[in-house]
Amino acid sequence: MDLSALNPADLAFSLIVAATPLLFAALGELVVEKSGVLNLGVEGMMILGAIGGFATAHGSGSLALAALAGAGAGALLAALFALMTQYLMSNQVATGLALTLFGLGVASLVGQGYAGQTLQVSARLDIPGLTDIPVIGRLLFGHDPLVYLSLVATALVWWFLNRSRAGLILRAVGENHEAAHAIGYPVRLVRVSAILFGGAMAGLGGAYLAVVQTPLWVEGMTAGRGWIALAIVVFAAWRPWRALLGAYVFGGVTIVQLNLQALGVAIESQYLSMAPYLVTILVLVVISADRARARLDAPACLGKPFYASS
Amino acid sequence: MLELVARKEASRFMLWLTPALAVVLTMLSGLALFALLGKDPFEAVRVIFVEPLLDPFSRTELLVKGAPLVLIAIGLSFGFRAGIWNIGAEGQFTIGALTAGAVALAFWNVEGIWLLPLMALAGAAGGAAWAMIPAWLRIRFNANEILVSLMLVYVAELLLSAMVGGPLRDPDGFNFPESRMFHDSATLPIIIEGSRAHVGALAALGAVVIAYVLLHRHLFGFEVRLFGQAPRAARFAGFREARLVAACLGLSGALAGLAGMFEASGPVGQLVPALPSGYGFTAIIVAFLGRLHPVGILLAGAVMALTYIGGETAQMAMNLPAAAINVFQGMLLFFLLGIDVLVNYRIRLRRAL
Repeated sequence: MDLSALNPADLAFSLIVAATPLLFAALGELVVEKSGVLNLGVEGMMILGAIGGFATAHGSGSLALAALAGAGAGALLAALFALMTQYLMSNQVATGLALTLFGLGVASLVGQGYAGQTLQVSARLDIPGLTDIPVIGRLLFGHDPLVYLSLVATALVWWFLNRSRAGLILRAVGENHEAAHAIGYPVRLVRVSAILFGGAMAGLGGAYLAVVQTPLWVEGMTAGRGWIALAIVVFAAWRPWRALLGAYVFGGVTIVQLNLQALGVAIESQYLSMAPYLVTILVLVVISADRARARLDAPACLGKPFYASS
Repeated sequence: MLELVARKEASRFMLWLTPALAVVLTMLSGLALFALLGKDPFEAVRVIFVEPLLDPFSRTELLVKGAPLVLIAIGLSFGFRAGIWNIGAEGQFTIGALTAGAVALAFWNVEGIWLLPLMALAGAAGGAAWAMIPAWLRIRFNANEILVSLMLVYVAELLLSAMVGGPLRDPDGFNFPESRMFHDSATLPIIIEGSRAHVGALAALGAVVIAYVLLHRHLFGFEVRLFGQAPRAARFAGFREARLVAACLGLSGALAGLAGMFEASGPVGQLVPALPSGYGFTAIIVAFLGRLHPVGILLAGAVMALTYIGGETAQMAMNLPAAAINVFQGMLLFFLLGIDVLVNYRIRLRRAL
């Protein structure tokens, strides 16, 4: 094994790229769950965003359009979830599963013509002078705009939840929907908006995955990232900055395991590929073990349906 | 304007009408989907839903596809009733096939009628053990069983791939990642001459009967239903949640593992990386479509098996994309969950004030 082949700056760079789709999806789901709704369809919304973004980038070559299309596709699927759970009072767990199964099916149907195709979309920032600084130059100033957007989004979600009036209402709805309804807050409207935001973010994450991280369409390419994003929300204890940390930890695990495979470590590649899933389980166990803590962190009305009788 | 009014009691009539309604609505949207794909919609629906019933071989194939779906869905239904969400049946199916296949390969040159029962035991035990991981982590560490069981699907598939590429690889197979073909003692007996229908179909029927008795005539069934409807009351009544979590996950894991064993020693006849083909996920739809009731699951399994076989026929005859059937099955679950509203709510016309 030749460790000198690894360049720390390259590793850090690819870690950030691997973490960004997870961060988008986790931030979206975090807001959804803060409003008291559990949407298990992240994987489905993500893959629909992936094919939406890929197809758009394939046709237009534009990263911005691809990101918009991905977010739109995710939000569209989320709208279905909102209709089902908020207006037709369906079970959130079952509906979320349906969303994932349906999204995977639609994505592979739409993606048939794109199987194995690659993309050439280059949208890296290149600031003369700054990007050329050795090591940190590319790391800090050499990414595509979406990486910076994901960081700005983390800050905005934090600000929204903790410093804005609308965020306070959203949290109230998630903690006690009966009380929020009694005060006169539009519980359903708040939740539908949160669900749509979550879908757009998951779709954006999917688009980033298919257009930037691995610019190649493969059926089922999200490979459980939507579910990992759900785990990151638990890990983050519903706090945006910890979601950022969680996404980067998982990005790191992915990159380490990929690089070990590339270095030809004497372990079957399958065992290395298990790492992100096993780490997810480990993290869930560690975070959830403190029951009292876990109960305090979770929004009190998470997953409970709300039916206004008057 | 329309508004929803909660019913005092769930409508039993609607409870059984809505699944049929969901199938009809799915067929109607299927027409639109096929038209969108540029296929003759009526021809497609005929090929998917009617043709398999007319052809004798396709009719026996219903048993081949339906058996694993019913078996897995029966297991899942107990947990779903109690609010314990095992969505990793696909992984338990994979591990069951792997452990049963390992037994078959260990006795590759030994014949005996004891081999198949031993494999069934190994498959069920493997599936149950895989399901006990999320059960134990939930009981001991409060970890969410939905996420853990799902993560283990990916781990199980990678493990199967590593095994057939390594220890269980066919020594004469030119390094191809496949096991040897199982010999006759490790292959399931066929119950209908000239078809692929195997004894797994009988096992699925048996599971339906046992599940019915367990659910309606046994304390365990009462416990499951009580936990689903009133968890606090169940705790006050002295039922232990930890035991229920272990029982529900263990049971569904065992049945999924058994289904995996049937698949490996039945239609497939060896271990290959592509063995897990989504039965574990489709069974979730079957469980809901069947109203988590054993008899309903049997009917739902038949409907779902029909879409599989019809989908394959349509793929060949009409060049319909394979993924169209997944979309179809996803739509079915959506419609079912959506019109479920009629079970618990009445729709009332609100007069304008």
